[in-house]
Order: sequence, then structure tokens, then C-alpha cells
Amino acid sequence: MAISVLMPALSPTMTEGKLATWLVAEGDKISAGDVIAEIETDKATMEVEAVDEGVLGKIIVAAGTDNVAVNAPIAVILEEGEDAGNVDMDAVAGSGGPAPKAEAKPEPAPAPTAAAPAPAAPAPKPAPAPAAAASGDRVFASPLARRMAEQAGLDLGQIAGSGPNGRIVKHDIEEAIAGGIGKAAPAAVAAAPAPAPSIGSAPSPDVPGLPAFDEIPNTNMRKVIAKRLTESKQFAPHFYLTVDCEIDALLNVRKELNAKLDGEKVSVNDLVIKASAQALKKVPAANASWTDEAIRIFKSVDISVAVAIEGGLITPVIRDAQNKGALDIAREMKDLASRARDGKLMPEEYQGGTFSISNLGMFGIKDFCAVINPPQGAILAIGAGEQRPVVKDGALAVATVMSCTLSVDHRVVDGAVGAEFLAAFKKLIEDPLTMLL
Amino acid sequence: MADTQFDILVIGGGPGGYVSAIRAAQLGMKTALVEREHLGGICLNWGCIPTKALLRSAEIFDHMKHAESFGLSAGNIGFDLDKVVQRSRGVAKQLNQGVGHLLKKNKVTVFMAAAKLAGPGKVEIDEKGKKQTLSAKHIILATGARARDLPGLEADGKLVWNYKHALVADTMPKRLLVIGSGAIGIEFASFFNSLGADVTVVEVMDRVLPVEDAEISGLAHKAFEKKGMKIMTGATVKGLKRGAKEVVATIEMGGKSTEQTFDRVISAVGIVGNVEDLGLEGTKVKVDRTHVVIDEWCRTGEPGVYAIGDIAGAPWLAHKASHEGVICIEKIAGLKDVHPLDVKRIPGCTYCQPQVASVGLTEAAAKAAGYELKVGRFPFMGNGKAIALGEPEGLVKTVFDAKTGELLGAHMIGAEVTELIQGYSVAKTLETTEVDLMHTVFPHPTLSEMMHESVLDAYGRAVHF
Repeated sequence: MAISVLMPALSPTMTEGKLATWLVAEGDKISAGDVIAEIETDKATMEVEAVDEGVLGKIIVAAGTDNVAVNAPIAVILEEGEDAGNVDMDAVAGSGGPAPKAEAKPEPAPAPTAAAPAPAAPAPKPAPAPAAAASGDRVFASPLARRMAEQAGLDLGQIAGSGPNGRIVKHDIEEAIAGGIGKAAPAAVAAAPAPAPSIGSAPSPDVPGLPAFDEIPNTNMRKVIAKRLTESKQFAPHFYLTVDCEIDALLNVRKELNAKLDGEKVSVNDLVIKASAQALKKVPAANASWTDEAIRIFKSVDISVAVAIEGGLITPVIRDAQNKGALDIAREMKDLASRARDGKLMPEEYQGGTFSISNLGMFGIKDFCAVINPPQGAILAIGAGEQRPVVKDGALAVATVMSCTLSVDHRVVDGAVGAEFLAAFKKLIEDPLTMLL
Repeated sequence: MADTQFDILVIGGGPGGYVSAIRAAQLGMKTALVEREHLGGICLNWGCIPTKALLRSAEIFDHMKHAESFGLSAGNIGFDLDKVVQRSRGVAKQLNQGVGHLLKKNKVTVFMAAAKLAGPGKVEIDEKGKKQTLSAKHIILATGARARDLPGLEADGKLVWNYKHALVADTMPKRLLVIGSGAIGIEFASFFNSLGADVTVVEVMDRVLPVEDAEISGLAHKAFEKKGMKIMTGATVKGLKRGAKEVVATIEMGGKSTEQTFDRVISAVGIVGNVEDLGLEGTKVKVDRTHVVIDEWCRTGEPGVYAIGDIAGAPWLAHKASHEGVICIEKIAGLKDVHPLDVKRIPGCTYCQPQVASVGLTEAAAKAAGYELKVGRFPFMGNGKAIALGEPEGLVKTVFDAKTGELLGAHMIGAEVTELIQGYSVAKTLETTEVDLMHTVFPHPTLSEMMHESVLDAYGRAVHF
């Protein structure tokens, strides 16, 4: 009996993903446990292992296909004695879900890289339909969630479900309303067929007179970055607070620590994570997030640390950072960063987080303003530590100074609270021994 | 030498503990359970189950008393309290052995011993003086709770009983005082009332079954009085003078103090958590008013130590304990799709005559939470099956959020409502709205049709009333 291979759910909230590559071809022999394909979710790429053994009879969903619904058949495996000629592949595939649609779905045609002169009156491009509709996927949502979404004008296709098997439940709608996610396209949709996923795209890509260009199709990660950061700037009223921290003492402590460690190293960034966590423990009001009903003050400091990776960035989370020592943080960070660069993080390792840190010091950036990572309430941007003239007791002196800028969501954290956090942070950084307290 | 190292060690073999242990074993974890008295805990041995056995006897006796109204004749009816108690003990024993088999089948190692924490990841057990130390990566406290003794009202097992004494009653009291009208108090009041005792219930709050919807409390009050109980609300027992064969109770109500004489007193004034002798001192396990403080995943302040069920606080219900245990274990195992327990979805049942059952918010609580409400009511009088059963008294009440149609709560009183409430629990868990409930086909003729009608009534569409 031929077996259909279904699109796996790689995280509880995953409803669809991109089938990135096939690692086997039709006709290849497969054993249980073989890696047969790679799937790209929001941020990570993961491997699909075969559960059954046999011969790959047919690939139903071509490599590079976006928005493949979870549980849609993606291939058929033939058992011993069967051959592709005498098995009704479509019937096998059909038994698993809406196969024909998935099969017929062409790769999302990348716009031609041609330099053809743009037409004077841009022809309306067929707009991408909302994710769920495009893949013919049924959206699972509770009746209450459906009604609440309808009342709030939300598009269920854009909301991740936290219920059993990714079902959208009341809680998810409340979160979406609070976070401003999933707003259905405005009424003007008929005139300009650009539904919500166009968030983050340039307002009008087809202006005439553009020079020749290459088009790089957006990865899921780029789409998520575009969507979330646009939301952030649209909905979170940002303001910025900057302090300069002298880090000579910190550098000395780090040097002494590392001299005592056997080969392992604690970085300045690890100490910045630790200081931030301790400062947030002292000023819990800054470890908070906005919802329409209430401000959530988190009981644990889970710090998202921005890590640049090919094609974008990702924010692995150091959980319970307020209870961790510098070496624990250093080890965890090293592991998370290296797996992040390999695209091997599990979703739960980069989702969540109550506060973010972005450090561009290593690129020589003096100081910058980061965009808040929603639904968090603040992000700390760390600049380079550099020698600068400072005035001490009325005389000029030289100190190593690091500028740190806190971007704050004013709905959650007011200026005074932000300042209080930064003061606590500065004190810890400048007098690193107090981190031991 | 027996194994002493485990992934999961559960202290307490009640409905919280043994279910946790079985779930852990199902997930492939090496599991031990330590129980100091008997498997099945209070629920099975001294609570839910044996009281249901007693109440069943009382119910049948009630039916026998009314045989004539069903066209039957039953002359010379009576009862033998010893045999009623014996049957109840037999039921408990049968199920107690069942739990032992289930644990064995799931390869859970059972120690019949007392246990206490003995440092991180260590538990010292004491099996009648034979001590040994076990180690476990995760330790789950599931030691439950026991009857609370108020000063002056302490149970002595002779004239003043707690639930344990009442379950093995050796005499049939003619005049019985029940202090407290929560589930435990009212069930015993109902039992002894059915068997012919002159029962007085004293409740400190302004109504009986104070956690229930006020309307249901009111109907229960009337029904109990109709059965011959004397109900005193907003009243307190100031003291008990214990004589040789009777007790004189000083009861204060509305500023007036009276003295009344009873043969027996049942004290059912709440419970306290079993937090003693567990080695919690010196750990980061926080105890607040005899209950262990936990987070949404049942974690205590001490890494690797968890608490579930009665010891971890209200509601003190066996099914809450079991469910909490499963959540705790699945979270430890790193399962996906684990969600914290939502108290608003835990049904509660009281097996007095008439029965009371509810889930979710009361009308008053829903109003206080700021909801605009649609409330549906359907009386037993309008239901064919209820009339045929000879049970025409009762009510099914539903409370909806007018804006979203969310079923916020359901409250029932009457025959068999404890078996009906799960329908609304499923509805709440699936987040159905009134529309789905209206579209559901309820079988005729059943009492459950009232659940349908109550929903229809909330939207002005009840058919049979």
C-alpha cells in the first residue's frame, strides 16, 4: 500500500511552511530515518525524516513551494513490490488532504529579472491571496475565536493558533487584538487588491524609470521581519533614551574572569545581557508588554538577543536570565548563536522573550536606535566601546565608553521608568562587582 | 536491591498522585509513587467515592418512601446503617485495589511509606521505621489535604465527627448538627436527612453552597427545607458543650444566641493542606496558609519540586488534581500543546438531594467581570423526562457574554445534573458559542434537552416553556 508523506508541523503554531528542497529524487530508495527534504518555517530550516521505508514514487509538492499547509501530502512512498505505474498516486495523495491543489500550485513565479522597460500604466499584478486561502488550507479556529475575529475585523489566516493542533482559540484573538496583528485588509480592497500580507512591501514597486535590477524572492524570514517590524513602528510609539557607560572596570573584570576559565570566554555582550537582566529584575516595570486590557509585567527576564544570520537576523532567547551567571549565559549564547547561524534553532528557542538586546559594537557603530521587537516593551541597542575623552573631577581624562540606547514602547514604559532602568544598568556595568550581589 | 533512582517521584497516591505517575510512565519516564496510607487517597477511600455509595443508599431509600406515587407498594421499609456503611467501604476497597493494579500495569514502583524531601533531588522514605533515600530528577508533592479543625469545634470521633468519622458512622443520630454547607457538609446533611435524622445546617455565609450561583443556592435552600432540614445561614457555632451522650451547641444568628442540643455534630468547615513532615523547611517551597504556592506549570519555588491537587490550593477537587498532574508531567516531558489549567473550565458537583452542578462564572461573577450578559433558564417542570422520572423540581441556567456568545457559565440543580454538566464543560473547552449549542441535536426524551432549552431561552427562543 503506497504511503503519502504529509507536510509536518515543526512547531505547535506552524500552519504552513515552505518546502525548501528535496534531498531525494523520484525512484530513490528510502529507509526510515533518512532525511528526505528541508522545510523552512518563519525563521528556521528543518529537516524532514522519512518515517516509512520504500521507494519515493512521486514528489507532489515541488521544491521551493511556499505556503504548503501542514498535513498536505507532499510525496508518495511506494512499498516493496509496488511501482509507480500501477499505483494511483492521486488517490493515495488525495487520502491525505487537498492534494490536487497543492500539486497544481506552481512555484511562486519570481518576477522576471529582466530590464524590460516598465509599462507606462503598470498592469495590476495578481495580488497574493492571504496565506491560508492560497494553499486551500482550512483554518482551524474555535467558534468563539471566529466570532471574535469577525467582530474585531481580523483575518484568521494571519493569526497563529495556540490551541490543540494549532487551533486558533479565544486567547490568540485577544493577543492579536492587543498586538495589532491580523487586521483584515481595509474596505478599499476592491479598488486596490493588495491584502494585508503586503505589509512591508514597497508602496509601489513598479514605478517607471527604474534601472535594471535583480530580484531576490523574499524568504519567510524576510517576510516575518518585514511584517513584525512594520507592525512595531506602526503600533508602538517609540521613544529613545541614551546613556554612556564607562567600561574600563568591566573590561578588567572580563579579562580576569577569562584568565581563570579553561579555554572558555565570557564576552562583553554576555556581561551586557547579565547586567540588563539584573537591571530588569530591579525595575520590573521595564520588563513588560502591552495588551489592550492590561500591561503584562513578566515574572521572568527572558532576553532575546539579536544574532545576524545569512539573509536576516534571528533572536534566540536566554530564559530566566536574571538567575543565570555570566558563564552560563556565555555558554548558552555561544550554543544558540552557532545553531542560529546554521538555521537549526527550534521555534521555542527564538519565540517569546520579554526584552531584546541588539549589539552592533563589533561593527564600530557608536550608537543607534533599534526597532522594538513586538510585543516586547523595549530593546537595548549597544554601541562600540571606544576610548573617548571624559571629564573627571574637572580634568580631562581618557575612558573606554560604550553608548547604549533604549528604545521604549511608551504605551508600556514611561520615560522615568526607562531612565530608572538605564541608571540601574549603567551602575551594574560601571561597577561590575555589584553584579555579584 | 530495589531501584532507588527515578525520573519522577510522586509523593501521595490520591487522584492527583496516581494519575501523574501513570501519565509519567506512559511517557516513558521511570516513575515511583510513595503513599503513606492507601492508594486512591481521600477521594477514593474517604471522600468522593464512599460518600457516593452512601448517598446512593439514601436515594434508593427516598424512592422507596415514595413508592406509592409510582404505583408501587413497599411496606415496612427500613435500613441497617451498618450494612449501608459496609457497602460503602466495600466499594472503596474494590477501587483501591484497582489503583494498585493500574500502577503495576504501568510499571510504576510503589512504596508504601511516608516521604520527605532530603536535599535537592532526594527523598527520604520511612517504611514503618525502615528508612531509605531515593533520588529523582523531578519530585511531585501530591499529599492532599485534610479536614480543618476550628478551635472548640475539633472532631473527637465520638460526638463530633469529621467526614472520616461520618463515613463509618456507628450510630444513627436523631438530632444532627452539620457545621458548614459546602459540598462535604451538605452531602452528609442530605444523607442523614434522607435516613430520617433531624438535621440542622449552620453556614457562616449568607447562603448554602456559597460557591454556587446565588439563584441555585436559593433553590437548594428551599429544597432542603422542604425535605425537612433546618438551615441557618449567616450563623456561627460559638461553642460546643460535649456531654456524655449529647452536645449542646451555642449558635449565633442575626445577633441572637441560642443553645440547641444534638446527638452528633459533623464539622465540615473546610480543609487544610498536608504540608507538614514533608521536609519543606529550608527549601524554597513557599507555603501560604497551609497550601504550597505554585506557578501555572505547578512548579514550586524549589527547582525540581512541583505540587499538584489539594496541597496546591483551590478548587479542592479530585478532577482538578488529576488534570493538574497531567499538565505538570507533560510540561516536564517537554510535550508540545500543553496548556495551563483554566479554573473556569473545571466543573464542580455536589451530590446532595437535589444535586447541584456548575462550571464557569456565576451570574454575579460574570457581571462583576464587566460582561454584558444573556442569561437562560429552563425549569425541570418543562421537561418531559423530568416529569416521567417524578423529578419536576430543578433548573438549568446558562450565562452568556452578550457580545461574543461565549458560554461563561452554567449552573444546574435537580436530578442527575452531575451527569449532565460535562456537556457544558466540553462546550467551554471547545469555545462554542450559543449558535453551536443551538445547532446541536439533543436526544429526546432526556434531561439534557433542558441544556438546549436553557441556551435557547438566553436568546428568547425557548420552545417548551
